[in-house]
This record gives sequence, structure tokens and C-alpha cells, in this order.
Amino acid sequence: MKRLLGVVIFFACMIAIWEALVRAGVWSPVLVPSPFSVVRYIGQALADGTLERATLVTIRRLLIGYGLGLLVGLPLGLLTARFKVMSDTLGVIALGFQTLPSVCWVPLALLWFGQTESAMLFVVTMGTLWSVLIATDNGVRTVPPIYVRAAHTMGSRGLHTWCRVIVPASLPFIISGMKQGWAFAWRSLMAAEIYVTILTGFGLGHLLHYGRELQAMDQVAGIMLVIIVIGLLADKILFSPWERFLHRRWGTEKA
Amino acid sequence: MAEEIPKLVVESVTKRFRTRKGEIHALDSVSLTVREGEFICLVGPSGCGKTTLLNLIAGLDLPDGGQILANGKSVTGPGSDRMVMFQEPALFPWLDAFDNVMFGLKLKPHLSNKERREVATYYLELVGLDRFMYASIHELSGGMKQRVALARCLAPNPRVLLMDEPFAALDALTREQLYGDLQRIWQQRKRTIVFVTHNVREAACLGDRVVLFSPNPGRVQEQFTVELPRPRDINSVDLAQHATKITRALKRHLHPDLEEVAE
Ligand SMILES: Nc1ncnc2c1ncn2[C@@H]1O[C@H](COP(=O)(O)OP(=O)(O)O)[C@@H](O)[C@H]1O
Ligand SMILES: [Mg+2]
Repeated sequence: MKRLLGVVIFFACMIAIWEALVRAGVWSPVLVPSPFSVVRYIGQALADGTLERATLVTIRRLLIGYGLGLLVGLPLGLLTARFKVMSDTLGVIALGFQTLPSVCWVPLALLWFGQTESAMLFVVTMGTLWSVLIATDNGVRTVPPIYVRAAHTMGSRGLHTWCRVIVPASLPFIISGMKQGWAFAWRSLMAAEIYVTILTGFGLGHLLHYGRELQAMDQVAGIMLVIIVIGLLADKILFSPWERFLHRRWGTEKA
Repeated sequence: MAEEIPKLVVESVTKRFRTRKGEIHALDSVSLTVREGEFICLVGPSGCGKTTLLNLIAGLDLPDGGQILANGKSVTGPGSDRMVMFQEPALFPWLDAFDNVMFGLKLKPHLSNKERREVATYYLELVGLDRFMYASIHELSGGMKQRVALARCLAPNPRVLLMDEPFAALDALTREQLYGDLQRIWQQRKRTIVFVTHNVREAACLGDRVVLFSPNPGRVQEQFTVELPRPRDINSVDLAQHATKITRALKRHLHPDLEEVAE
């Protein structure tokens, strides 16, 4: 309770100082909006539905693209870990692509898919895929062989060993790869939305872009705030449960 | 008496490992017979191939020469009639103690889920862990981990238990306690146990029979029968006499040239 009070006071002070500085006319109101105008913008955008729609569009792209990335990356990571041929070929490609900042997929996606939803999904998927693939591959390779031997003596074989022993044993790696993939996907989607107008849906990135074009600083700051909140929520909803599980089971410090 | 099929037969088994530094002759024509219900201890200095032999019996590895029979059938791979307790606990950290014990039980198709849970509970209580059933593995002490590992081995009801220095990493007090527990469990639920150790006293305390190994290459040197009433106390004088006899033999085989000097 005391902790919460401290946090509330801290943020209240920050906003008060921000408001005071804006009122004092230290900066031009075009460059720094007052906290009230930011809140007003968010309220308006919520009331006329633009913010909800944009948020939905963005989150939809993110979830579908991310889901595809996981769906492809996980099995491919298992394959590269299992088969030498796969690690010599696909594994090398994955390493290369993982070093590529995922924003760099944007131009290619536009050439291949045009200004379509597919281009957006492609960018997100590419951001996710390689991190997840490499993390899974690493995780599987570092599974202590003794786990597999123990499972074999208890009668586990083949697919059962993979699903019940090797994948769970690699979870700490896989989760951190998923987290990295999420960060890459989120960043590259924002970049793609800011650079490219796509007629099938205006995401948060577009609102940010138009905020700049209209020199509406309250809009820019408001959307940034929403993006931050989504990032925080995603971390809480998608990863915190897993991290708590890892922490409880492995006894590792929460990263 | 009718001819009884031995539980385990190791017939002139040879095993070599090819490494970068050359070939290691881990086992050289090792033969051994284990009766049903026997508690047999393999003793020898480290590196004499004890773990290798246990892995071969478990079916985790295959011999280069000779053969191994379990219940009269040739061993070609691991089977849940022969459960292994490894040198390190080898428990799965993503499962709690209870689910670790359940792992092997879930692979037994003829059991219902209710029966599985009952069996797992029974064995965790047997090893004295009823208060830690749902604890994560990292929360358990070394001795408790080995108890879970023991429960996990016992639960699927294997006829043969292969134990590889299971108590080597524990403190003396915990170990003594586990010697008592293991003898009690073995007497209650007649099992065939092959127990590997480098501790002669431990071997004399637990085994009906102690088999002495020597290294480079691994060979069976000598066998001793220990006929002391159970449960045996590791600190008893009778046991110490047996242990001394075996230790002497061990030294004789290790340093045949030193013997005359010492005695
Ligand atoms: N997988 C392996 N590859 C190469 N050498 C091995 C392997 N396993 C065991 N050895 C060698 O075989 C010999 C016997 O090892 P081991 O059976 O572990 O001995 P012990 O359990 O009696 O200490 C040792 O010299 C060891 O280095
Ligand atoms: Mg060993």
C-alpha cells in the first residue's frame, strides 16, 4: 500500500512539473503538449473510435504475425537441432537473418506483397521467426543428455521424448527467444506502419505518422503512450506467467 | 530344486570407446550372474567401467562383444523392467516431485490415472517425502532429490533396479539414513538390485554379494558373499571385518607389487 502510494505520488509530481513547465512557456506548445491536451486527445480518439480501431488493427497484425512466426520457428528449431543437414543449411541462414535488423524486411515485403496486409504480417513473422528458431535450436542442444537417458529407461521414445522431455527442458531458452522475437516483431511492425500507408487498415503507427504530418504533438505523445501501455501489457499477459513458472520450477531469478 | 533362470546374465561382455586420444578398453570380457531378488554390489576404483556396465545392462548402450540377458532375453535397448538410478539425480526440473514420479507411471498404459496417483503417493511416502510432494526440484536438498529419484525408479515396479553410486554426493548422515531406507524397501518389496559404488563399506553394508572390479581394462577380479543379518548397520564391527577383507583384496589387485612390502 505504501509502495503504491509512493508510485502515485511520483507520477503525480512528474505530471505536475510537466504541466507547470508547459504553462511557464519554456517550450513552444507545438513541440511539447500539455498533459491535459494529451489526455484530451486520447479521450477524443476513444470517443470517435479511431484509437480502438487502430489498436485492434495493430494488435491483430501482431498476434497473427507472431503466431505464424512461432508456428514455423519452433518446429524448424527442433529440426535444426535434430538433423545435422538442417543445421548446416537452415541453421546458417537463420543465424544470418537473425543479425539482420527486422526493419530491413520492410522494403522487401513491400516489393513482394505490395501495400497489403500480407506485407505487414510478413514483417512481423520475419521478426519473430529467426529468434525463435535459434533459441529453440540452442535450447535443445543444451538439454543435458541425462534427461533423455532417464526418460528412455522409463519407456519414453521418439515423439514422446521430444514433447515431454526435450521441449520442456529447453523452455528457458525458448521463452527468452519468444520474448526477443516479440520485441523484434513489435518494433518492426511499428516501423512498417509509420513508413507505409496500407489501405486495409490504419494501425497505431499510422496515427503516429499523421500526428507528425498534422503537427499534432498531443496526438503523437498520446499514441506513444498507448504504444508503451500495450508493450507493458503484452509483457504482463504473454510472458509474466511463463517467467513465473520458470522461476518457480527452475529456481532461476526472474529476468 | 528346479532350474531357475537367472534375472541377469552378463556373458563375457567387452566394451571399447573410441576417443580422440585413442581407444579406451572400458570392459574386458566381464561375466556376471545375478539371481532373482539378489542385492549385488559392484565395487572398484573410479574409471574401472562400473557405470559402463550398468549402462549396458540398462540397454542405454550396446556391448562390442559378448551379450547381456535379462530374464533370459537378450538386451537390445532400455526397458522399464530395468530402472536406472543415475549418479546425479537426473530429475526433471520442469516437473514437481510428484510429477517426476508420475512420469514413468504415465508410460504404463494398463494403469488408470487414479491408480497412478495412488502409486506415486505411496512411493513418495515410502521414501519419506510426503511433505514435499509438490515441491519444485530446486527446493529439495541433495538427499531429498535422491529420495525422489529412488521413488521415481521404484514406482513403475521394475523387477531390476540399477543404481549408480546414488549416494556418493551426500553427507554421511543422510547416507546412513538412506542405507536403512533402501534395505527396508528392498526387504519389503523383493527386487533385484545392482548397486554400483566405490565405497567398500557401503558395498558390504548393502550387498548379498560384492563383486570387485579392477581398471584398465575393467575386469571382475573377485567376489565376496556377505552373510550378515539385515538390516545392517554400517558402523557395526562385523561389517567392518568384511569391509577390511574386501579392501585388502582391492589393494592387492590394484598394486600387486606393493603387497609384499605392506604385509
Ligand atoms: N562415452 C564415453 N566415451 C569415451 N570414454 C568413455 C565413455 N564412457 C566411459 N568412458 C571411459 O571408460 C572408462 C570407464 O568409465 P566408467 O564406466 O564411467 O567408470 P566408473 O563408473 O567405474 O568410474 C573410463 O576410462 C572412461 O573414461
Ligand atoms: Mg561411474
